[in-house]
Amino acid sequence: MIPKTAKKREPFFWFTVSCGIVVMVFILLPLIELVTGPSLSMLGETLNDPDVMRSVGLSIYTAGAAALISFFFGTPLAYLLARTNFRGKRLLESIIDLPIVIPHPVVGIAFLSVAGKNHLIGQIMYELGIRLMGSVTGIITVLTFVGLPFYINTVRDGFEAVSPRLENVSRSLGASMFGTFFRVTFPLAWRTMVIGFIMCGARAISEFGAVVIVAYHPMTAPVMIYERFEGYGLKYSQPVAVWLVTICLLLFFVLRMLTLSKTETA
Amino acid sequence: MITLKNLHVRLSEFFLDNISLDISEGEFFVLMGPTGSGKTVLLEAIAGLIPVTRGQIFIQEKEVTGLPPEKRGIGIVYQDQALFPHLTVRKNIAYGLRYHRISGEIAVERIDRLVSLLNLSHLLDRLPGNLSGGEKQRVALARALAVRPEVLLLDEPLSALDPNFREEVRNALKSLHRNTGTTFMMVTHDFVDALSLGDRAAVINNGHIEQAGPVDDIFQKPMSAFVANFVGMKNLFKARFEGTKTSLGDLEIELGRKPDNGQGHIAIRPEDILITRDAFSSTVRNMFKGKVAGVFAQGFTYEVHIRAGETVFKSLITQKALSELAIQEGEAVSISFPARAIHNF
Repeated sequence: MIPKTAKKREPFFWFTVSCGIVVMVFILLPLIELVTGPSLSMLGETLNDPDVMRSVGLSIYTAGAAALISFFFGTPLAYLLARTNFRGKRLLESIIDLPIVIPHPVVGIAFLSVAGKNHLIGQIMYELGIRLMGSVTGIITVLTFVGLPFYINTVRDGFEAVSPRLENVSRSLGASMFGTFFRVTFPLAWRTMVIGFIMCGARAISEFGAVVIVAYHPMTAPVMIYERFEGYGLKYSQPVAVWLVTICLLLFFVLRMLTLSKTETA
Repeated sequence: MITLKNLHVRLSEFFLDNISLDISEGEFFVLMGPTGSGKTVLLEAIAGLIPVTRGQIFIQEKEVTGLPPEKRGIGIVYQDQALFPHLTVRKNIAYGLRYHRISGEIAVERIDRLVSLLNLSHLLDRLPGNLSGGEKQRVALARALAVRPEVLLLDEPLSALDPNFREEVRNALKSLHRNTGTTFMMVTHDFVDALSLGDRAAVINNGHIEQAGPVDDIFQKPMSAFVANFVGMKNLFKARFEGTKTSLGDLEIELGRKPDNGQGHIAIRPEDILITRDAFSSTVRNMFKGKVAGVFAQGFTYEVHIRAGETVFKSLITQKALSELAIQEGEAVSISFPARAIHNF
């Protein structure tokens, strides 16, 4: 709390403020520099470049798909983690967090080794015509991998915030577990599901390391930024970066709006 | 009505051991015990919210031990009310009706009755978030009773309330119990709640039942040192009985009756010990001279400790009595108590 009275502030207060300013500048300066770098005509030109729009579209599509998959498989697991205690729960939670700490290229390599022809699963996938290497499926797979923890952790916290007593009362009034979930738990936790969805999507859309291993083509926006930087230099990669950042900021904005309206109603 | 047979529950932190209880139809049963004794666990086990490791639960002669909570016909009201925060008061109260196939006029009539009984009509369209504690608890009661449970379980429904709301909800409970004929089982650690509402009671300690019986018996005739202590019989002494007498050090106490057991405990409520300045002669009273060992304020009353011989007696007196007697530490006083105030077990 910042004291509102005019009494003399402690040196510690000024220390915390200065550190805060350093952090703000560190985050905002490069981003502002990036956004203001390219001219409007260049931004417009990039917008009309079908390759750029295709890659940004692919990024949104694959990240959205990853978030959707996380929603389907992550929600029940998040509920389980929020409501039950069992032996090995800590271990399970650590496993869920693994994708956060594993270096991203390693993720790509790990998936390719499962999908390789010397692996049983790889052979089955080959028979079924499913390819990870160089495919949209591959991109969605690694994006789900990196995004899943963000979804599960967010939603688990959301479920934990719903008192189990509400569910108990609902059951005692005659509702089944399903009825209870859809009439009590879901209406109280859906906001965190949306937030989890966005967190997962935002994480997925920024993924480069794992994607570039699994699929250089079709090209997602981060890979395209990398390619333009390598091939033509900073000036040509900037406009694509600006468009990607705009989208990420948009996602972030929606996220903040939702969290704010949540604290208002609570 | 509710019968528990050798109930065992094991949870990570709590356990219940061999709980057997009989609660009659329409009774207001009170479950008392210190924090962590397993009161709430027992309620949740009856409601089917906690699995039972061993034993059986019967409601209306029907075994429900393995049934899910929604099939037991049990309502539950928690200390923190647990109202659905996203639903209006009206929707909270009507929540369970659809599962009991109650709709249309019957539903409206039933809700109206509870609403007027609990005086909630002005709150129906509000969300629970901005109701007072007492209002919330009345809504929780209406919600639980709307589905006409055979049993209503109440988990310390009054202890989270401000004193003025507590009275309001206590009265609501009393009139609801009278009007609905539902069996109530309430967990509390408040003696006033237990004495003013309960027909019968049980004291639970460390996962097992210490004593069960009429509420007055629990308070007047505890059967173990724990219960005596718990219900505030602060003068609790080990005793060996000889005829109608017992000795505490060099004090000889007349019981006025002959105990069945040769040795045990005697217990005297602190309210029953009278302090006087001078000794007076009386045949019925046990009277001893002693010294004031301490005076402790307890809200509107004072607990005075008097040492007589080697024994310290605790007496509860009003502020008025304290100032009239001008009691101070170290002063000589007399204490007396009638033989019938002595409980032995």
